[in-house]
Amino acid sequence: MSASAAERRNAVAAKRRNSLHSQRLWALWGSYIALGVFVVMFLVPPFYTLVTSLKSSAEISAQVGSPWLVRHPTLENFWYLITYPNFQRYYLNSVIVTILTVSVSMVISVLAAFSLSRMGFWGSQTLSTSVFLTYLVPPSLLFIPLFQIIGQLGLINNFWCLVILYPTLAVPFCTWIMIGYFSSIPRELDEAALIDGAGYLQMLWKIFIPVAMPGIIAATIFAFTVSWGAFLYPLAYLYTSNQMVLTVGIISDLIRGDVFQWGKIMAACLLASLPPIVIYAFLMDYYVAGLTAGATKG
Amino acid sequence: MADGTNVPIGGLAAASPKGRKTAMQKFAQRRSTTGFLLCLPLILLVACFVVYPAFYAIYLSMLNKKMTAFVGLGNFQFLLKRHTFQLVIFQSCLFAITAVVLKALLGFTLAHLMHNIPGKNQKIWRGLLLVPWVIPLALSTLTWWWMFDPSYSAFNWVLNQFGFANVPWLGVGWIARFCTIAVNVWYGTPFFMIMYLAALKSVPEQLYEASAIDGANAVQKLFFVTLPMMRNIISITVLFSLITTFADFDIVRILTAGGPQDMTHVFATYAFQVGIQSGDIPLGAADSLFMFPILAFAAFFVLRGVTKRTKEIAA
Repeated sequence: MSASAAERRNAVAAKRRNSLHSQRLWALWGSYIALGVFVVMFLVPPFYTLVTSLKSSAEISAQVGSPWLVRHPTLENFWYLITYPNFQRYYLNSVIVTILTVSVSMVISVLAAFSLSRMGFWGSQTLSTSVFLTYLVPPSLLFIPLFQIIGQLGLINNFWCLVILYPTLAVPFCTWIMIGYFSSIPRELDEAALIDGAGYLQMLWKIFIPVAMPGIIAATIFAFTVSWGAFLYPLAYLYTSNQMVLTVGIISDLIRGDVFQWGKIMAACLLASLPPIVIYAFLMDYYVAGLTAGATKG
Repeated sequence: MADGTNVPIGGLAAASPKGRKTAMQKFAQRRSTTGFLLCLPLILLVACFVVYPAFYAIYLSMLNKKMTAFVGLGNFQFLLKRHTFQLVIFQSCLFAITAVVLKALLGFTLAHLMHNIPGKNQKIWRGLLLVPWVIPLALSTLTWWWMFDPSYSAFNWVLNQFGFANVPWLGVGWIARFCTIAVNVWYGTPFFMIMYLAALKSVPEQLYEASAIDGANAVQKLFFVTLPMMRNIISITVLFSLITTFADFDIVRILTAGGPQDMTHVFATYAFQVGIQSGDIPLGAADSLFMFPILAFAAFFVLRGVTKRTKEIAA
């Protein structure tokens, strides 16, 4: 009798477990389906970019059948761009500007973050607050006075002006991320280094940078994103094709009057988005961690 | 953060013998001097290319078109009376508020869906959902423009398949406004998603267990556990996004360049058109300065939220 009661109890428990289990399963599948719908919606534009870039101009203008399919895939757009001197120039300019911007921004922000997280000096608290405030200044607020200032410096239509201006967009947030990472390093480490006779710069180089590497990666990706994708400054300050960077170059070079070479434009977009996509594919985790930490830490 | 490490050192120095005191003071002084020198590049950069231009903008906005005479607040008055500029104010607010609300809601939904699925698969889904945010905005907006193209529109083809008529996407004011907002939502939702996902993961599991024991259902859990726990991060993310959306330039510039009939102009694109393209730099400067009070207002609340959070964490 006791055995049958235990059995019954087991059966009830199993039933409840099953119903809970099936409920969870439903929630799981529902989530997958909903996410799938969102993914499809989000990926429509990139997909269409790819489809168009594989079409010839003739196929685009013929307008027969679905625009979402390719009938005669061709790489002629890509080939045209790769061998097109202007496009090579834009790519090269973008690469130069980005490498310089990222190096300059990282040097400035790592030094400042090291100092702000470890060495109190008069006004350092105010400075870290104002760094945060500077991050909130959007480029579209100051581009007109900067136009005058860049003009006075003689750097209008010279891509070097971007190397000066992009760090103003990247440095505040990079410093903010790095302050967070540096503050989380235990003070025992720098005490040990000081006892061993290390100077401050040695301490930064040999302890802080290696320990805070994930933060450095996140900040570098941020600086890269800013300088690769910025549009307003190059549009306002550059106007000849030997100085342009990719974002403006594609728009002003491949769109002439009313003639749109959409196949080429889309292929150019793909080629220009390739570096960010590759970088994010490998380093997304660091970036997301740095970004969420940077915004949630005080 | 910079919490003045030299203070305890000074306190220690006061209690120690005289010779050591000066050495300690020297040490503290050297430390703060080095600290200042390390910050110098940052200070110079911000002073020369952020603070100085900001004051220069105020000066510029008070000059006449040829920048020869001082006109006081004349440019601001002129702008406020202009019908186009009234449209700009309306559209900027409509654009920013609608887009941010939609992004926040969609981002929240997505974060919840992501939170439901097992952690191992989250990475792949997150990667796919972050694609809009990874592609440089100026380039992805070009694709949107191509999809909205009047004669080759890919969306219109789909509508035609279902028997609907063509929609003039960027040709009619209100539809064009809707399109600019849609593109911004598409671009910005992933950012909200990752912020909220991080916040959701930080809500302790015990709270849900406790509320489940008290008999709370899913809706109650959402309103009485999840949302209060996430309130800070929600407000900070929303205000961040409000600033960047309000100051947006790329989408409107590429998609419509302000048209049709100036109905989609926002502050940034209008300032570009007036200041750079038509060469009226003072008027353009005045136009972009209109953004300042609104941005300052948002920044004030962001900062207040951040400091409040820091205090809560410290407490």
